[in-house]
Amino acid sequence: MKYAFSFLVVIVLIVVAGLGSQIQGMQYVFGVALPYLAILVFAGGFIYRVVQWAKSPVPFPIQTTCGQAASLDFIKQNKLECPNTTSEVVARMILEIVTFRSLFRNTKSEIHEGPQLTYESSKWLWVFSLMFHYSFLLIIIRHMRLFLDPAPFWMAWIEFGDGIFQVGAPNAYITDATILMAIVYLFGRRIINRHVKYISLINDFFPLVLIFGIACTGILMRYFLRTDVDILAIKRLAVGLVTFSPVIGVKIGAIFYIHLFLVSTLLIYFPFSKLMHMGGVFLSPTRNLKNNSRAVRHINPWNPDIKPHSYAGYEDEFREFMVDAGIPVEKELPVEKG
Amino acid sequence: MYNKGTIIPGLIIFVLIVMSPVLYNGLKAGSVPKPEPPPGGEKQCVLPVSEMRDKHMQLLNEWRDEVLRDDERVTVVADGKQYRKGLQLACMQCHTNKEKFCDSCHEYASVKPYCWDCHLTPAQQKAALKKETH
Ligand code: HEC
Ligand code: HEC
Ligand code: HEC
Ligand code: HEM
Repeated sequence: MKYAFSFLVVIVLIVVAGLGSQIQGMQYVFGVALPYLAILVFAGGFIYRVVQWAKSPVPFPIQTTCGQAASLDFIKQNKLECPNTTSEVVARMILEIVTFRSLFRNTKSEIHEGPQLTYESSKWLWVFSLMFHYSFLLIIIRHMRLFLDPAPFWMAWIEFGDGIFQVGAPNAYITDATILMAIVYLFGRRIINRHVKYISLINDFFPLVLIFGIACTGILMRYFLRTDVDILAIKRLAVGLVTFSPVIGVKIGAIFYIHLFLVSTLLIYFPFSKLMHMGGVFLSPTRNLKNNSRAVRHINPWNPDIKPHSYAGYEDEFREFMVDAGIPVEKELPVEKG
Repeated sequence: MYNKGTIIPGLIIFVLIVMSPVLYNGLKAGSVPKPEPPPGGEKQCVLPVSEMRDKHMQLLNEWRDEVLRDDERVTVVADGKQYRKGLQLACMQCHTNKEKFCDSCHEYASVKPYCWDCHLTPAQQKAALKKETH
């Protein structure tokens, strides 16, 4: 049901953009107004979320230690798995972000006859999510040719590498195939694997279906439905958007507006969704803290400022009442001068 | 806010990345290139112009397959004249200045068709012919 609903939402979005963009005058809504709104919501929401996170104190050092911590000189520290200095943390973070090391540790559990519970390493999730993220990144970098005028010189290198198989014209891109394969895997995993299916929510399915829709419309536009897809006019619009002088000179096919509308939806949805892990990965306390809790005292930033209160001070404060109640005191009340 | 020293530079980098196309273009939208019409004075392309603009690469791909795989070495009629189906044999007969025609668009759109690794541009062809006749 949850995934069926995600498909329904994306289909409705496609119909809205497909029909809406054909109404005279609405091209500027789908081609200019919504993209501007989307990028504002995206950037503003992203900053807001990060600031909210930065406002939450981290009461304990809760890094995950996956190796020997810094200790006595003759015990070898595992610098990457149990970082002790800022540079070691930076190294760990960079590797986490570019190679997804924590996902590499993914295991799968199974119950066999007996009953016996087994765990074994499972690298598929790691492989396919690397594939997904790098395809996505390359596609976005390649898209910059539509926004940058003149396109930077290195753009040709990426296009050459991505199209190295030189299949057909327009030249087929490797990343177009890999992003679809990866999305199909990531989606299939949530449906086929019973454990994962149980914990999957609509906000796990929806972004996958939405990105699938974006990739499919892009691929259809490039290789199949080229009618009225004038890349020069589209580039003029895209460059116009980033120079605040957008123009839609000629008729552009509905498929382009559908693609752009789905992207706008993604950008607007982004700050409110789990996709914020793009910023969140930098703020994971389990990764970005030093494991130096034996050397440096981590003080909870929200601790109230409690002043020490010695017994002598306590007695000074309550001596009269203590004497009244017959509690023995160390220092008697001063003798009243009668 | 905690850790201002890393959060604020991090957010500045984020904003710079999002704004990078704006900074790169410097608020100059530029203009769409106007490919040069055929110097020979022909008036019509093999298909209507709007279709050629959007789909010429698909057409070339079809022609290539038809000629080389199915051996359909036929002639096409454009603007009242017959041309043999092909890239050099048809397109470049009318669009004799590749640099001012094909490349003007392709540079703007950042596409570098690899066709010219093997096929000769009209200019190269002329130069090659000159060498042979010497
Ligand atoms: C009106 C501008 C324009 C003109 C003129 C033009 N092209 Fe193109 N061409 C394009 C655009 C834009 C693309 C990229 C389409 C895309 O990325 O989907 C392209 C792509 C191509 C491709 C596919 C490239 C690839 O690797 O994907 C080939 C081949 C091609 N053009 C051949 C030619 C030839 C040959 C000529 C000259 C006879 C020519 N074009 C003239 C605009 C033009
Ligand atoms: C008979 C000569 C002739 C042949 C052959 C020919 N063209 Fe054209 N082509 C023209 C003319 C003339 C125009 C310009 C029409 C106009 O601007 O109204 C044109 C326009 C174009 C355009 C659109 C340019 C623009 O300004 O938007 C493209 C792209 C193009 N041709 C590509 C090709 C390709 C690729 C081939 C080979 C398959 C080819 N042409 C073969 C004569 C020809
Ligand atoms: C590896 C070299 C090579 C590359 C790269 C190449 N071609 Fe060709 N092409 C050939 C050869 C060889 C023929 C065969 C000529 C013949 O048999 O008449 C040919 C023939 C063709 C023909 C049919 C007839 C003719 O002579 O024009 C077309 C159309 C064609 N190529 C288009 C393209 C396009 C478009 C590209 C770029 C996307 C391209 N080719 C890239 C080598 C190449
Ligand atoms: C989340 C962001 C986006 C994703 C994931 C995405 C995905 C894709 C994919 C997979 C393709 C197929 C061809 C290729 O790989 O280059 C494509 C094509 C295309 N996209 Fe996007 N896209 C995005 C944003 C945009 C935006 C903002 C625009 C607006 C200008 C746009 C315009 C186009 C156009 C014009 C094509 C056809 C390109 C061609 O024919 O070569 N895309 N897109």
